[in-house]
Amino acid sequence: MKRFDIIDHTADIGMIAYGRELKEAFANAAYAMFTLIADLEGVKEVACRQIEVQARDQESLLVSWLNELLYLFDVEETIFCRFEITQLDENNLKAKGWGEKLDRARHSLKAGVKAATYHMLKIEKDNGYKIWVIFDA
Amino acid sequence: MARWEGPLKKIDDYRWEIPQSYKSGMRVPGLIYADEKMLESIREEQAPEQVANVAFLPGIVGYSLAMPDIHWGYGFPIGGVAATRIEDGVVSPGGVGYDINCGVRLLRTNLREQGVKAKIGSLLSELFVNVPSGVGSKGKIRVSTRELDKILSHGARWAVEQGFGTRQDLEVTEEGGCLKGADPDKVSIKAKERGLPQSGTLGSGNHFLEVQVVEEIYELAIARVMGIEEVGQVLLLIHTGSRGLGHQVCDDYVRMLREAVRKYDINLPDRELACAPVKSSEGQDYLAAMACAANYAWANRQCITHWARECFVRVFGKSLSQIGLEMIYDVAHNIAKMETYEVNGKKLNLCVHRKGATRAFPIAHPDIPSRYGKIGQPVLIPGDMGRCSYVAVGTERAMKESFGSVCHGAGRVKSRSAAKRSLRDEDVARELASRGIQVRAASKGGLAEEASEAYKDVTEVVEVCHKAGLCRKVVKATPIGVIKG
Repeated sequence: MKRFDIIDHTADIGMIAYGRELKEAFANAAYAMFTLIADLEGVKEVACRQIEVQARDQESLLVSWLNELLYLFDVEETIFCRFEITQLDENNLKAKGWGEKLDRARHSLKAGVKAATYHMLKIEKDNGYKIWVIFDA
Repeated sequence: MARWEGPLKKIDDYRWEIPQSYKSGMRVPGLIYADEKMLESIREEQAPEQVANVAFLPGIVGYSLAMPDIHWGYGFPIGGVAATRIEDGVVSPGGVGYDINCGVRLLRTNLREQGVKAKIGSLLSELFVNVPSGVGSKGKIRVSTRELDKILSHGARWAVEQGFGTRQDLEVTEEGGCLKGADPDKVSIKAKERGLPQSGTLGSGNHFLEVQVVEEIYELAIARVMGIEEVGQVLLLIHTGSRGLGHQVCDDYVRMLREAVRKYDINLPDRELACAPVKSSEGQDYLAAMACAANYAWANRQCITHWARECFVRVFGKSLSQIGLEMIYDVAHNIAKMETYEVNGKKLNLCVHRKGATRAFPIAHPDIPSRYGKIGQPVLIPGDMGRCSYVAVGTERAMKESFGSVCHGAGRVKSRSAAKRSLRDEDVARELASRGIQVRAASKGGLAEEASEAYKDVTEVVEVCHKAGLCRKVVKATPIGVIKG
């Protein structure tokens, strides 16, 4: 099954993430975002981190989840390359993220994204799940 | 994306109105500055719909405005200007953007093209090493949390006190490099954590350092006041913002203000327009945090200025006074400011949102440096790295109709991913080199995304603003060396 598509948005960049379940779609959304930050091929799964996010509704939860990962990338310099959502409801998300600390000599960084926005944000259930997110790039 | 088929009523060759009747809920009409040719590409996406959506904001006055570099953003269009009454209007973080106080700073030198071109390779290498750039780049400054609070409160003034630059730099920075009302307690711990390591970094995306050469001077007397004397003179342009700290402040407050929208029962057509009354505690908290991020950005540009000066001194083996590198001006193009305007004969205190728009104050305005009192505020309009940039000055007309605002750059026509699909970094670099422009890029794909093909021609954008009377063109400069974040 296809995990995600990168979509065009003039000023910025967007994605559609797919999943048989919502958990999988959330995980694929995070993975898609990190493909915009770095070449993930050379990133090893040497560290594993617990991540928890709360929000008022599901859409806020999705934006908060992605922006939490951008925060972790800025502060801890972790490039994540695999995600597993262990718990997900309307307001709470618990996840594990695997990856490694940024090594500028080895990792190839791309232009990155500044933040996940609410613009055109959509979570759709239709024979599995589809998630649309536009990033400020 | 569907083409926008809404109504655009021609006012004159450069002004197009979206009537208030277009959408129920619009409190004012929309106004787009563009020529007929640009209008075609503007209609190709939903940016005009966003101009109409912004007109829903409570307390908005005059028009929901868009400059000719308008393109589709999130919530607000990029190139959008909206002024809301402080008394009973709202402030919206989306009207400022994630990169709070993203802005540009221009410096002049005594150097000439020939001398600099001969050493451009070593100059760029030196700049590339000494100004940290790229995704997640870390700065050379290590500050404590307490020190960071001082940066957030004092902005570029903090940097100058630390020895990064001079008092003269502050005089020619918008707001003196320190926006009042900053309260570091309104900035989340997370935002501060992101800000700590990134002080004094260029970042990535469209941020850059550009060594430029003056190509054309339209108004010599005005240019001279800025220290620009002749064609061939070398300039330095710095474009960056508030990095992860600003992004986190915006994210925190968009989330918070989504609650405020429910609390104050505000009718909005787009979630990204989340806002709160300017006078509410939520609105005041956002403005206090936004001022902190704006100050962080000004400190950032100030530190980078200092390191760039060191690089020039080392490479050219001359003293700083011989080289020049004095600041012409520093302007924000993503910010909300409290300003007073006359609207329909009444003086109003307004919150002016500039999202990808530059302040452009006229001759004798009290908020511009005394040295520019007789020419008007310098307006810095960067184009893409393969074309050129402009220096203009603000006008009385901008005060009357665009809340002292004008365009901020070229505006994208091609998305980043589309640019990357059709272009490769190496080819872009080679093509630029063949035209005498050397580049260094920190990010993979960074050159393709920022190639000329991805942008409108800034000359056409500036031409519309000039002819519409919002600013006066003074100088055109072209790049010879570029550092892309």
